[in-house]
Amino acid sequence: MSAEPRLVEVRKNVLRQNDVVARALREQYRQAGVFVVSLVSSPGAGKTAFLEKTLTLLHANSRVAALVGDLATENDAARLARSMAPVRQIITGTVCHLEAAMVQNALQGWDLSQLDFLFVENVGNLVCPSSYDLGENLRLVLLSVTEGEDKPLKYPTIFNSADVAIITKMDLAAAVEFDEQAAYRNVHAVRPGMSILKLSSKTGEGVQAFLDFLGEQRSRCRRTTEAAAWTAT
Amino acid sequence: MHELSIAMSIVEMAEEEAAARGSARVHAVHLRLGPLSGVVKEALLSSFEMACAASPLEGSQLVIEEVPIMVFCSTCQAARRVASLQWMCCPECGAPSQDVLQGKELEITALELSE
Repeated sequence: MSAEPRLVEVRKNVLRQNDVVARALREQYRQAGVFVVSLVSSPGAGKTAFLEKTLTLLHANSRVAALVGDLATENDAARLARSMAPVRQIITGTVCHLEAAMVQNALQGWDLSQLDFLFVENVGNLVCPSSYDLGENLRLVLLSVTEGEDKPLKYPTIFNSADVAIITKMDLAAAVEFDEQAAYRNVHAVRPGMSILKLSSKTGEGVQAFLDFLGEQRSRCRRTTEAAAWTAT
Repeated sequence: MHELSIAMSIVEMAEEEAAARGSARVHAVHLRLGPLSGVVKEALLSSFEMACAASPLEGSQLVIEEVPIMVFCSTCQAARRVASLQWMCCPECGAPSQDVLQGKELEITALELSE
């Protein structure tokens, strides 16, 4: 005879396992002195073109590498290899997002201390990646002008989980009558104070401003790390 | 659609907790869910049923408590409940706030167990 069920209090974060790995990655990045930037967007927002441009330009003066997540193909890695930066592909199969453990596995054998920047391109998806911390220093969410200004309102959680919004394909803005003010308003409605940068990977407009921004973010991160280390001693 | 893998984690964690407490049966799993977790309640409920099938949790219930988003409003100097995910601002004074106090939860809070 079975007894009445009893209610037992438990406190368990369901994503604890991912969070533990993400914390370990963050610490690994800190020790190696590499600044890690992840990218999320819907499919076709221009993540790979943006990354190709960024890697090519950064490669001239910095040590850069990239991990790219994709469901089935290695096309992105092949495209990015043209930048001459080391690139590894994570094929996720049917999994619609990257998890911290996938990043950890993909990084095996890479000496991160030889890198200034590491980029992690997530699978094109504006829903699932928002739940998973990858240990990155900065998460960029890309929004292309062809997608419509209301994307942030439709996918508020991913915008909320990101640090910076990048508006891509600015060369097409006039053709699609992109309402820049509305886009900014919508980003700030779901994520007040979020930094927004706009650029075109095709024409190069706004790309230098993004690289400068990235450099500042990296310096700021290093200063914070050094200050923390100094306080600790 | 990542709810299935999340549901499978929930089932696994509940099994471990139940085993650790010497319980044979899990009648229900109680979960706190915030809108900023990126997990959809309805999708999680149907995924949970699938994840439980042919597992020791078969037939158990997932009881979800939805947690509202709370932010700290620096103008009012108070915790406030935001009206919508699309408008992260203080409902009293209208000041935008990104200081999220609550709303990202995805946690098991309790289990209903029997021997």
